[in-house]
Amino acid sequence: MAELKPGARFQSTVCTTQVIVVKGDGDAELTCGGAAMVATGTAEISGKPAPDAAEGTLLGKRYTNADATVELLATKGGEGSIAVSGTPLSVAEPKTLPASD
Amino acid sequence: MNLMMLLEMAAEGLGDRVAVGSLEGGLTYSELYDQAQAAAERFQAADGERVVLCDESSPAVPISLFGAAAAGMPYVPLNYRLPDEDLQALAQRSAPGVAITDDLGAVRLADAQGIETMTRREFLEDLHRDGVPSAVTERPADPEEIAVLLYTSGTTGAPKTAVLRHRHLVSYILGAVEFMGAAPDEATIVSVPPYHVAGVAAMLSSVYAGRRIVQLPSFDPDLWIDTVETEQVTHAMVVPTMLARIVEALDARGSEPMLGLRALSYGGGRMPLPVITRALELFPITSFVNAYGLTETSSTIAVLGPDDHRLAQYSEEPAEQRRLASTGRPLPGVELSIRDEAGEEVPVGETGEIFVRGEQVSGEYLEAASPLVDGWFPTRDGGFIDEAGYLFVQGRNDDVIIRGGENMSPGEIEDVLLTHPAVKEAAAIGVADEQWGEKVVAVIVLADEAAAPGAGVDESEIQELVRRRLRSSRVPAHVVVVDELPYNDTGKLLRRVLRSQHSHLGDPDG
Repeated sequence: MAELKPGARFQSTVCTTQVIVVKGDGDAELTCGGAAMVATGTAEISGKPAPDAAEGTLLGKRYTNADATVELLATKGGEGSIAVSGTPLSVAEPKTLPASD
Repeated sequence: MNLMMLLEMAAEGLGDRVAVGSLEGGLTYSELYDQAQAAAERFQAADGERVVLCDESSPAVPISLFGAAAAGMPYVPLNYRLPDEDLQALAQRSAPGVAITDDLGAVRLADAQGIETMTRREFLEDLHRDGVPSAVTERPADPEEIAVLLYTSGTTGAPKTAVLRHRHLVSYILGAVEFMGAAPDEATIVSVPPYHVAGVAAMLSSVYAGRRIVQLPSFDPDLWIDTVETEQVTHAMVVPTMLARIVEALDARGSEPMLGLRALSYGGGRMPLPVITRALELFPITSFVNAYGLTETSSTIAVLGPDDHRLAQYSEEPAEQRRLASTGRPLPGVELSIRDEAGEEVPVGETGEIFVRGEQVSGEYLEAASPLVDGWFPTRDGGFIDEAGYLFVQGRNDDVIIRGGENMSPGEIEDVLLTHPAVKEAAAIGVADEQWGEKVVAVIVLADEAAAPGAGVDESEIQELVRRRLRSSRVPAHVVVVDELPYNDTGKLLRRVLRSQHSHLGDPDG
């Protein structure tokens, strides 16, 4: 179980993916490439993403669940895809704000 | 999340793209990241707690901003244009720390206790000498840490130290900027000084968006125009006085409309309508963005976008035309509330004080307890929100002229004064009046033709213009012609100075 609180950082154990929690609340079953994600810097990468969880994660994209209670920002991309409780997260719509500074 | 993470992501995703400088010879995101890491080591080795920057714009600005973040030290940019005494006082307040400065600054800061100075040249050369750093890998991850300390411009008193924590600035960037959202050929010209919140925000948002930064050491309208062309600049952010001088310079050149600039954002003060109207003509296909924000809110909190600008330019609907004077709608995640003196929210369309709430809002000063109540920050700016949710800012509450119980916004009067062909710059202030509490004084700078010997302008003509366009209560009791108005160096009119200069026009006990 991972505690999803804003600012918490997690890494995949099967690919290079790393994320930071933008929005989240409480414990969740957070996986990448089918394997549980762990606090960044606490594990070596070994093995490969499971075939059904290898869509990939893209650097800088924000990933959310269907009811938008969880939002993760990918700070490093990788081959595995991220899921919460077995349900893959989807890429949030890009912002359309004009540049202001 | 630490600010350095923003740069780390850019280095990861866009390593070879130029981050700062010219396409030939500029620093790439990877190089900027390496140099910021090297700077962090240098800062940590110094005997200090803060990283002070007292210098014009140069690559040392983003290097020391991100380097300070990586070292876990607050970044404190100082206004090098201040008189010696004021600058030294601020340096002293920033101690103990290490300061990056120019040759003259090293002399000016020599007496500041607890400040170790190094020149920009020494600083940058050291980073190269050390080569690729062993890296400060254990970066402080506490988002509560202070990222930036900014001294307020002190237009109404002694400067205060505004506190921006990593979480405020990161919230702003994640909420407002799409990572790698810039096309590969985009470049932004930064002409606001490093010690202005917009100068800080420009570094962060450009890096996160992947937009190349082109810096002007300091602002000059002709240099700005030439640099936009030679450096293939696509984006710009200016304060109103800069845009006024750019418009003036373009008109003086009589050049063709500028077509290369894709987006021009302005903010940091009230934009005179005649300036923005002319700018829309001189930049006919540029996307204009009006941004409203404060130091205490990590920069922008509301924007008026490109479509609203062009709609206002071409519309015949008064409500849409009027939006050119608006600062648009709040960013996602930012809430606005207009309140009366009792702190109660006022109905739509009514004027009050602007309150703001959101994760990017700090409102904190080192010298005072937090003014936030339930997260709401009182901006001390007056304004109203129209039916469609557009915010109109009417200036500092302290600047409102109150005549016979009627609150008058100086900007409204100034816009009318500026429509007179003989008037180049205008300010409306209130001075004491026995009968009405305050009366309006117009202080104007004449346009070049009108300033010629034998030319000039009649007081009665100016008064008549205001009477015709606005209510009679707004007609200036006096019209004073001066050679120049007092501005601070980011173009903010120093109304406090102006009021004291012209207080003799008021009644002694009024």
